[in-house]
Amino acid sequence: MSPDPRSEFPSAVETASLVRSGERSARAVIESTLERIARFEAELHCFNLVTDVDALSAADAVDALVAAGKDPGPLAGVPVALKDNMCTRSIPTTAGSRILEGWIPPYDATVVSALRAGGAIVVGKTNLDEFAMGSSTENSAFGTTRNPWDLGRVPGGSSGGSAAAVAAGLATVALGSDTGGSIRQPSALCGVVGVKPTYGLVSRYGLIAFASSLDQIGPIATTVADAATLLEVIAVHDPADSTSLNVTRSRWSTDLAEGIEGLRVGVIEDFLADAAPGCQSGVRAAAEALASAGAKVEEVAVPSLMLGLSAYYLIAPAEASSNLARYDGVRYGLRVEAPDTAEMNSRTRAAGFGPEVKRRIMLGTYVLSAGYYDAYYAQAQRVRTLVARGFAEAYESFDVLLSPTTPSAAFPIGEKSNDPIAMYLSDLFTIPSNLAGHPAVSVPFALDQGLPIGVQVLAPALGESTMFRVAAAVERAADPMARGPIEPRAKTNS
Amino acid sequence: MNANSRSEKWETVVGLEVHAELLTKTKLFCSSPNAFGSEPNTNVCPVCLGLPGSLPVLNEHAVELAIRIGTALGSTIAPSVFHRKNYFYPDMPKDYQISQYDEPINVGGRVELPDGSVVGIVRAHIEEDTGKTSHVGGSGRIHTADYALVDYNRAGVPLVEIVSEPDIRSAEQARSYVNELRAILVATGASDGRLEEGSIRIDANVSVRERGATSFGTRCEVKNLNSLRSLGRAIEYETRRQVAILESGGSVTQETRHWDEDAGETSTLRSKEEAFDYRYFAEPDLVPLAPSSESVEAIRSDLPLLPSARRERLKVLLATEEPVPTEQLTTVVTLGLDDLVAASIALGADSRLALARAANEAATQPELARMLAPAHFTELVRLEASGELSATQAKSVLAEMLETRRSPDEIARRLGFEALAPKELDAAIDSVIAAHPDEWRRFNEGDDKVSQFLLGQVMRETKGRANGKAVAASLAGRRG
Amino acid sequence: MADTSASFSRSDVAHVASLARLDLAEDEIEMYAAQLATILDHVAAVTSLDTSTVAPTAHPLDVSNVVRSDVVGPTLDRDEVLAQAPATESGRFKVPPILGEAP
Repeated sequence: MSPDPRSEFPSAVETASLVRSGERSARAVIESTLERIARFEAELHCFNLVTDVDALSAADAVDALVAAGKDPGPLAGVPVALKDNMCTRSIPTTAGSRILEGWIPPYDATVVSALRAGGAIVVGKTNLDEFAMGSSTENSAFGTTRNPWDLGRVPGGSSGGSAAAVAAGLATVALGSDTGGSIRQPSALCGVVGVKPTYGLVSRYGLIAFASSLDQIGPIATTVADAATLLEVIAVHDPADSTSLNVTRSRWSTDLAEGIEGLRVGVIEDFLADAAPGCQSGVRAAAEALASAGAKVEEVAVPSLMLGLSAYYLIAPAEASSNLARYDGVRYGLRVEAPDTAEMNSRTRAAGFGPEVKRRIMLGTYVLSAGYYDAYYAQAQRVRTLVARGFAEAYESFDVLLSPTTPSAAFPIGEKSNDPIAMYLSDLFTIPSNLAGHPAVSVPFALDQGLPIGVQVLAPALGESTMFRVAAAVERAADPMARGPIEPRAKTNS
Repeated sequence: MNANSRSEKWETVVGLEVHAELLTKTKLFCSSPNAFGSEPNTNVCPVCLGLPGSLPVLNEHAVELAIRIGTALGSTIAPSVFHRKNYFYPDMPKDYQISQYDEPINVGGRVELPDGSVVGIVRAHIEEDTGKTSHVGGSGRIHTADYALVDYNRAGVPLVEIVSEPDIRSAEQARSYVNELRAILVATGASDGRLEEGSIRIDANVSVRERGATSFGTRCEVKNLNSLRSLGRAIEYETRRQVAILESGGSVTQETRHWDEDAGETSTLRSKEEAFDYRYFAEPDLVPLAPSSESVEAIRSDLPLLPSARRERLKVLLATEEPVPTEQLTTVVTLGLDDLVAASIALGADSRLALARAANEAATQPELARMLAPAHFTELVRLEASGELSATQAKSVLAEMLETRRSPDEIARRLGFEALAPKELDAAIDSVIAAHPDEWRRFNEGDDKVSQFLLGQVMRETKGRANGKAVAASLAGRRG
Repeated sequence: MADTSASFSRSDVAHVASLARLDLAEDEIEMYAAQLATILDHVAAVTSLDTSTVAPTAHPLDVSNVVRSDVVGPTLDRDEVLAQAPATESGRFKVPPILGEAP
């Protein structure tokens, strides 16, 4: 067994503490991060863009604040990677697509401003499935990202670049976006913590939209404490986002040490049944650990959750077909010339979008079209209500729910890329939370034949406090070898 | 078939869709300025440019103005949602328009026209405007252009679209409806009502049917109606065109047609047989709108008097058995001069004369006329009514009152319009009688025709200062 | 009511590709038709569910009346915006001839 490299990697909380006290300079932190990126980025391809110059000057600015006795923020000096579907002013943002290759946003996403205000340092824009559509990052127009645990396997998706970066120590934390599981699933496959917050808790202003009623930005980190701290910094009410909740946000990071005695935990038996043995056993072990820590753990059947996948693959493409209409070659991005504008739109979009994006646009257009709207889209929105009801009933008897995050560990690159349905099934356990607008977190728990598997903790809307507490308890019981950061490996050490 | 027999057999049926730009400072979903005439693409931001990642946030003042319009139209103010209307066009930054579909904010309503007829309102909803395209090269028209240029300053400007029932039955009624609607929009402060500048836009749905039929014929939508004149001409043209088709045994194709003002005809833009599939769905980036009954009541009670109510008020003040001069009444209300007339009548002015002078003379400069002091206007009317000023003189005084805002007495004196003293008038009449004994004899014998001549002579003698009525009265009184 | 048991046909693909402004070659239409038919068959299970007791979820949030005040805010610098455009002329975005009016 190789030596545990994690000791070299202070958490975000530790890093910020060292920088704020002056013990370590932000510049030193960033230099070390950039060095590691330089070593491993070629084999991993986590980043579409490494913003080394900007990162170093931002680090110097943080150090200047510290030197001047001013508060540099709760994440001072912490290197953060941003999924490349978040707008960064003056920094190219591609959404993993040819159609936006070279596009430079004239504004920052709200979360980016919040991060900067918190003292965090953006080190780069990470790779993703094109327009966040995918579960493996194989749909990126700029090449796939590799899983640090086994370079022949996918990191998951769509936030594969962010998850892999954190897993390999190329960034201390990262932001991803989650529409059907795109933070949690890659986090599980890469052995890191990934959180999808309650819908509306984090502003979507500046997030390149995929499916508006489902998208949420969330943290990816190596510890639950880091994830909670990062969420505190980015979960601000934003008047620029009409769907941004105007509620008081808690200090979740301070709740983590609280025990879980008496908390009622429901293990979703429908999901267990559909998971690979390694994932099943992981969840059962986690459940036992929670019971030992004082929680009341039982299995619960929530059959309506199984309807989520179908509803999702009607609703998400429908919203996406509309959100992606603006990519028409007129105002920004790729343009393929043609004798008239309509033809120019069609050729541009044909050249600029990859096959998965095209499939979803066509499927979405179809389910919204006259004659089909009621049977498909409206029906899917009703099924969505059924899913929400299923959760509501379960939460009458339980405080949180537990499940595997994914049906299996990371699969080989290319294995599912020609089988859309097989790919979609990766999101079976994560989708329902998006449909209901509920928070959920994936905690790395165990190794299954050398590959990490994650345990998912689900909570009702605005239930982050309880969710984090339980997640911290799961983390305490987890196999420390099952989480990043690690050195990238050609294949698993099984 | 001539026009008369055609209109005996056939009936025109028109519904109008009017889009009005709202007088807000900022756009509907972002805080970019809502301003006319700026340099292209200078009033834009990520939201109204549809940049990736941008999101809409609703302008509360636009909602208030929409509710004002709804209450003025007598609509029910309903809880509403926004929908996306999806289609591709370069003037659309997102290639969908945020609008309202089956749950609009204002439902139902009516507009009462000056002639007493009523046009029903189906709905009035909120939506965002598009950018502007200009076609370059060729003859500047769409079909022969070399390329096009797009300016997004107007993209995202708030609009209310008002859809009428197909209750309109003539070009004249259509024009009257638009005028009345404009006046209502201006009165509520929601719009400046400028059709020619494009802050009000009209599309007409025109069909015909045989008189007495109960079902509607196939309708065509007519676009590019930039003035009231175009509106009227287009309706008349469409009626003739559709009647000709039906009379020859054909059937009208449901389509969208473009009005060509120069050529005086409509032509096909596209067939509407297969209506475009906009794939409406509820806008997920916005939340529903549910105005409280308190806020709606506050808006309703704050609404100024609307044109129909103003006309009623004036009608009552005119209080006469003679037929009311409707056109003057409408003009005065439309131009916002009814307060002036009402105030003057309250101060004792002759109501008919006050109305006439306001509608005919003051109306030539409505902005200035609205600033006239009622006391001055009343005095002017009194001077004319009493005969101290002739009609011609009164009009000149009024013109100068508009420019200088001095009192009528001051102006009359300055212009030398002092009333003719009775002695002077007598002296002038004496001299005319003396100079024209034959005519005088004929007048005395009952020849009324010669009175005009005598009147003219007195006017000459007094250099136009005599009051025609006073002269006629005096002459009549001297008849033997 | 649409026949939801029918798969995604080639003409369906051609129709939605046209609506969505996607230029597809003949062989692509074939390919996508097969893939979309598979996907649709899989998700079409929802169409047969009894949802008579539920209303659609219009929104995951139970919030209404989110508005902003009518106050002018910052605009973008036109040069910065136009610098990202594929083609411009006299301060405006330039596009090929637009045939036809907006639907």
